[in-house]
Amino acid sequence: MAVENELLLEVNDLKMYFPIQKGLMKRTTGYVKAVDGVSLSIKRGETLGLVGESGCGKTTTGRCIVRVYRPTGGEIIFHIDDEEVNLNRLERQELKAFRRNMQMIFQDPFSSLNPRMTVLELVGEPLLAHGIARGQELEDRVAEMVNAVGLRVEHLPRYPHSFSGGQRQRIGIARALVQRPKLVVCDEPVSALDVSVQSQVVNLLQDLQSELDLTYLFVAHDMSVVRQVSNRIAVMYVGKLVEVAESEELLRNPKHPYSETLLSAVPRPYPHHAMQRLSLEGEPADPANAPPGCVFHPRCRYMEEICQTDVPALTELSPGHHVACHFADQLQLQGIDSASPSGS
Amino acid sequence: MAHDTLLEIRDLMTHFHLQEGIVRAVDGVSFEIRRGRTLGIIGESGCGKSVTANSILRLVPSPPGNIVNGRILLHRGDDSSDQEPVDLARLDPRGAEIRSIRGAEISMVFQEPMTSFGPMHTIGNQIMESILLHQSDVAASDARELAIENLRRVGIPRAEQIVDAYPHQLSGGMRQRAMIAMALSCSPRLLIADEPTTALDVTIQAQILELLTALQEEFGMAVMFITHNLGVIAEVADEVAVMYLGRIVEQSDVNELFDNPQHPYTQGLLNSIPHIDEEKLPRLRAIEGVVPDPYEIPRGCAFSDRCPSFMPGTCDRAMPGLDETGPGHRVRCFLFSEFEDELTEVADGR
Ligand SMILES: Nc1ncnc2c1ncn2[C@@H]1O[C@H](COP(=O)(O)OP(=O)(O)OP(=O)(O)O)[C@@H](O)[C@H]1O
Ligand SMILES: Nc1ncnc2c1ncn2[C@@H]1O[C@H](COP(=O)(O)OP(=O)(O)OP(=O)(O)O)[C@@H](O)[C@H]1O
Ligand code: SF4
Ligand SMILES: [Mg+2]
Ligand SMILES: [Mg+2]
Repeated sequence: MAVENELLLEVNDLKMYFPIQKGLMKRTTGYVKAVDGVSLSIKRGETLGLVGESGCGKTTTGRCIVRVYRPTGGEIIFHIDDEEVNLNRLERQELKAFRRNMQMIFQDPFSSLNPRMTVLELVGEPLLAHGIARGQELEDRVAEMVNAVGLRVEHLPRYPHSFSGGQRQRIGIARALVQRPKLVVCDEPVSALDVSVQSQVVNLLQDLQSELDLTYLFVAHDMSVVRQVSNRIAVMYVGKLVEVAESEELLRNPKHPYSETLLSAVPRPYPHHAMQRLSLEGEPADPANAPPGCVFHPRCRYMEEICQTDVPALTELSPGHHVACHFADQLQLQGIDSASPSGS
Repeated sequence: MAHDTLLEIRDLMTHFHLQEGIVRAVDGVSFEIRRGRTLGIIGESGCGKSVTANSILRLVPSPPGNIVNGRILLHRGDDSSDQEPVDLARLDPRGAEIRSIRGAEISMVFQEPMTSFGPMHTIGNQIMESILLHQSDVAASDARELAIENLRRVGIPRAEQIVDAYPHQLSGGMRQRAMIAMALSCSPRLLIADEPTTALDVTIQAQILELLTALQEEFGMAVMFITHNLGVIAEVADEVAVMYLGRIVEQSDVNELFDNPQHPYTQGLLNSIPHIDEEKLPRLRAIEGVVPDPYEIPRGCAFSDRCPSFMPGTCDRAMPGLDETGPGHRVRCFLFSEFEDELTEVADGR
């Protein structure tokens, strides 16, 4: 993983509000603020992990970046070949052509593949659709890609149902990567797979990253997997980023109370290891009706008066470590401890 | 204690007779679940975990599925009584007896949350229905209160409102918890939980695991817990059975399994997970290869085509038995059992 020092993606103040409609007239009665002012950047060759509670807006963020959704607000800027491409400024045709640079890999290897298409058709389709290749060239490129993800050419005429979950996920990966995208949003790419297949697919994604010069936004709820693949990790809570830092720094030295809870909840594979787990009381805030002040305050063990009224800004606490908490520089929080239980 | 064992499974075989051939989804599985204890079941996708669970409650679709062999004994009596156990494998899957057991004495949380709740009725109505069906002493007027109480227990906020919600109105995590509430509503002796927390994020998962532990201490409920997540197993299980292609390949107390895994497959599984508390590895150590197609199971040991310790001439000639290697620790592997014994068994037509 050679992370280069050039920026590939810049996201500024991204917002995605879904209207809540009621009644026959479909009157809009409010908005689900699924993503509410997210700013982040990813360097070429880097993997940014994105974690957070279910429903906090991770998938929506990914979908906005690959432009499945047209965001309500904010800018998405790609830096490709010394050029700056602001997705907001592209005409429809230009956007269509630009899409091949950004792809998404989905969680569910079962429903994301059309059961009536063969592997050749599935992996070749994006090339045809974008007029990138056809005929023999298409077959060659598909064969090359299928090999790269660890499947065989004999698999090309087969249909998805005759593959295992891990193999189907490989087909999904081949389909996303065959167009040689620059950025890949991996949305829970291994969550549906069992342990041993999961590690194969994680290794594959890492190998392909260096072979194909890919940049990843990696969404997952398994912290140990996220740490394995990510250079940096961003923690999201109800539509907002609450902490961003280098992965090891974030895990060992979390500065946001929510990150601390998240790390303590990771189930550890040591039966004797009695974890001091911090429990998280209450429900996550409703993105249609977020609390004032810090979004995390109703559940935060360190809450003070100011948290109920003032929104903490995401600020840089130490180089590269950004936190949105009023007390980030005072709290002594507990992270993971790599020195503790020795594995056998 | 005479009847410490609640459920005793002996040589269970559940096969699917399909056009392409026979899938031996469960092929000679034996284990016991003790009162108040948790048996964890792990193993690769397709190895037969759900089919084992469904066989207990007689929910295997037939055709194509059939329990072709074995006994599933439910020991109802407590320590002193000498009540005969019921063999669930012998019951009519549509009969009154198994229906009175399902959801009452043994209840199940399904892998797929939508299978438990019908879409047309509110969560509350479905929980109330289950309570009224199995608990004759509960008055209809009290059932609603009980349903709310159950929802509250699994950490659902605003339970008195959520009770009137339809399944599609809940987030995945809440639906999963509502399902667990329904499964627990009749205080079962045994809860079968099939990947109950896979769809949940870690904070809610932690909450559910704590709830199950608390209920176990309070009511002595036994749990059969199926999951891919070894961290979860380490936390909840007292004993663990590791399955591979329809058979148990290793079984032991949870501490022993994590400290001293013996079967090459178990070792591979434990090796392949990233440990958040340790130094990061450059690459994960994966088990090579894929689970064989159910119609092309290798000769001999089912794991032989992926095994790093494969011994030609032995592992590919006979199926190792599940032999005891230490107190309560059993392993199905020729590194630990005598080849000659198994060869004679094969010759005997097994
Ligand atoms: N198309 C949509 N219309 C309306 N609301 C939506 C839509 N998509 C997502 N939401 C809402 O936006 C919020 C964020 O959803 P999102 O799927 O991004 O969460 P997530 O972080 O990916 O969660 P998970 O970990 O469960 O996948 C949720 O409250 C969700 O209900
Ligand atoms: N209704 C069915 N008809 C035909 N085959 C079936 C049926 N149900 C299960 N099988 C087969 O039985 C085997 C065991 O399946 P099972 O669902 O028990 O796996 P599992 O261990 O629960 O896997 P997972 O971890 O993916 O849930 C598989 O080969 C599966 O294809
Ligand atoms: S019996 Fe042989 S092939 Fe099977 S797990 Fe043991 S060593 Fe490996
Ligand atoms: Mg998502
Ligand atoms: Mg299953």
